[in-house]
Amino acid sequence: MAGTATAPASTGGRRRGRDTDGSSDVVPGAVRSPTAASPVTAYLFLAPYLVLFTLFVLAPILYGLWISLHDWDFLLPGKPFVGLQNYVDLFTPGSVTSGPFWASMRATAIFTVLSVPLLVALPLLVAVPLARKFPGRNFFRAIIFAPYVLGVAVIGILWRYLLDPNVGVLASVLDRVGLDSPPWLTDTPWVWGALVIPTIWWTLGYNMVIFLAGLQDISRELYEAAEMDGASSFQQFRNVTLPGLRPVLVFVVTITLLASANLFGQSYIITQGQPGRETRSAIMQIAEEGLARFNMGSSAAMSTILTLCLLLISLVMLSSTRERGAK
Amino acid sequence: MSNPLRTVSSLPLSRRGVLGMGAALGVGAAVSACGGGSAGTPGGQSATIAEGAYEGEKVTLAFWNGFTGGDGAYMKQMIESFNSEHDNIEVQMNTLEWADFYSKVPNAVASGAGPDIAAMHVDQVGTNAARRVIMPLDEFTGAMDLNEDDFASTVWNAGMYDGKRYAIPLDVHPLGFYYNTKLLQQGGITEPPQDRESWEAALTGMKSKGVEYPFWATATWPAHLIFISLLGQFGGSLYDEEATQATFASDAGVEALTWYASHVKDGFSPANVANDAQAQAFRQGRDAMTWDGIWMMNEWAKVEGLEWGAAPLPTIGDEPAVWASSHQLTVMQQKSPDENKLHAARDFLAYLSENSIEWAKSGQVPARNSVRESDEFAGLEVQSTLAGQLENVIFPPTIPGIGDVTAPTFEQAVNTVVLGKADAKTALEDAAKKADALLEDNRQKYSA
Repeated sequence: MAGTATAPASTGGRRRGRDTDGSSDVVPGAVRSPTAASPVTAYLFLAPYLVLFTLFVLAPILYGLWISLHDWDFLLPGKPFVGLQNYVDLFTPGSVTSGPFWASMRATAIFTVLSVPLLVALPLLVAVPLARKFPGRNFFRAIIFAPYVLGVAVIGILWRYLLDPNVGVLASVLDRVGLDSPPWLTDTPWVWGALVIPTIWWTLGYNMVIFLAGLQDISRELYEAAEMDGASSFQQFRNVTLPGLRPVLVFVVTITLLASANLFGQSYIITQGQPGRETRSAIMQIAEEGLARFNMGSSAAMSTILTLCLLLISLVMLSSTRERGAK
Repeated sequence: MSNPLRTVSSLPLSRRGVLGMGAALGVGAAVSACGGGSAGTPGGQSATIAEGAYEGEKVTLAFWNGFTGGDGAYMKQMIESFNSEHDNIEVQMNTLEWADFYSKVPNAVASGAGPDIAAMHVDQVGTNAARRVIMPLDEFTGAMDLNEDDFASTVWNAGMYDGKRYAIPLDVHPLGFYYNTKLLQQGGITEPPQDRESWEAALTGMKSKGVEYPFWATATWPAHLIFISLLGQFGGSLYDEEATQATFASDAGVEALTWYASHVKDGFSPANVANDAQAQAFRQGRDAMTWDGIWMMNEWAKVEGLEWGAAPLPTIGDEPAVWASSHQLTVMQQKSPDENKLHAARDFLAYLSENSIEWAKSGQVPARNSVRESDEFAGLEVQSTLAGQLENVIFPPTIPGIGDVTAPTFEQAVNTVVLGKADAKTALEDAAKKADALLEDNRQKYSA
């Protein structure tokens, strides 16, 4: 992921200093010569992207930060500057915004912790056999990927009617064998199942496809060598597949983490935040604050905090895997 | 899904729609995008429009609403008739889910891409008036020769904000009491119960004759509307007169909620009824009695073989009271008011109001007295039965932001109590504290 080979020459000196493992093919002189021109060149090449990045990513982020420092309703004449008050409120127990916000952060955290390991492990378990060549594998791949093309509204209503403890399909099946359905939609801990299970069913195929692509990149020869050494298929998985997939694995964990932290539709439709407001996600709370109560200032402050949390987690993850890579 | 108030999500969200490190900023970006290009708030406009029907050049009016269910077809029908009767006015209708509607319309109006006319719920009128999304209509009503005598007074007064008229009421939609005739008979009940005694007799009567659950007490929509009705029946109210304080945690509130939740405890309702399950059960003939919006009547009518009737809500407390809402017709603020359009809009609103008998068929009670008292309306059995509750309806006060106080406060309290996770007194008191803070927050925001 470090991408040392493509380092522009302007930073070549520093790069060399840091990459002490010294991949010998990066010859300083060879890199320096074409860029004797100007350090601006790289930025000129980047310019088209930078324009879009500034316009659609950087500017909205900065504008969002600016909004978070105000009592901001875009339709009201007064948008008083309040400094960090929106943030202070969020960290003051008992304020209008802090209780609901941290409760929703907690719900998002629970969902993320429950869903991410399963959303990484299960697609991998499915991808390994489906990477082999056998008749009908495209059929299986297609079937597993299929739910991913559905919208969240569709899968939400579908699972709601499957899981409803009184009028749902599952309840009716259980009833026939004399069992009661658990309160999937209204009581803890069942509600978490009603959020996590449909999410796995829905998005498993996406991670599977990424793993399939990653598996193709692992050289056959490594497996052959391992076999020669008498490694069992589990040992091959443990010592060839997993290390070979490391960069892909890091990528999958990161995007799954971010996607899970953006939970909205499932709890909006399947559990409707029940019981009480226990399964309301952070995004639901942010949307309600900003787009229903039109308090864009505190809503933007909530977004910022959520972003910082996710940035922090992602950085910890990325740096921990980089260290291992350097071993 | 003909429920006109329900906020069923249709957000076309893809879970991976936004990836990468900046994903969480999506909302921040969305929020900030709203601010773009709308720095200028339209000032107070006053419309001086000529008397009589609009006779100028052809204009097109955009009419937005949230009639996404069966009700949309009726509205479309009325618009088609209006268009065919007016050569120089063309009304174009645009329908969004109500939840999207209330967040999108203000943006659209601010950026000059909004509708000319919109229908909205009565509890949103104050918010949209304060945020200058809609304009005062006093000139309109003068020219249309409308006044309080033409409407049910509660619903007419609900369109006022800050001493000015912002909305013309189209309809009133109260809760109603629906019953399954067969199951009632099975329990030996000949008349739909109308007071506490007969209600409880009906429950035990049916239960003893094999109706497992005679009244499915849902923990979600419309449980909080049932609560508002019962609260009024026991002599309580949601807020004090100025809406500065929540008063729903009163003895009346506790009694109302305890009574409603007792159906679960006493085994007359299954536990964990959520997300439309009670409506589903009523369709399937498993739920004998249900309290739901008047608009649900067309849903029941669709079910083949379901024998059902409608009656006013039984009076469980001391006096009759029932929750209701109302669709109100509003005209949007325009950056540069177009007199022709405003004139045409006035004709259209007058037409909708005068011809609201068509609208009544979608499961509504017309707000206009002349329509409600017509023979044709008397012929609509369910609607006219439930219209009998009109003098007892409870509307929320028309103050800005009031619609947003509901969900995080007493709606949540009702949910947890019905699910058996809290007792009524504690839950309502907690919710009232939250509501007080939110009301105070709104007051500061809208007075600035």
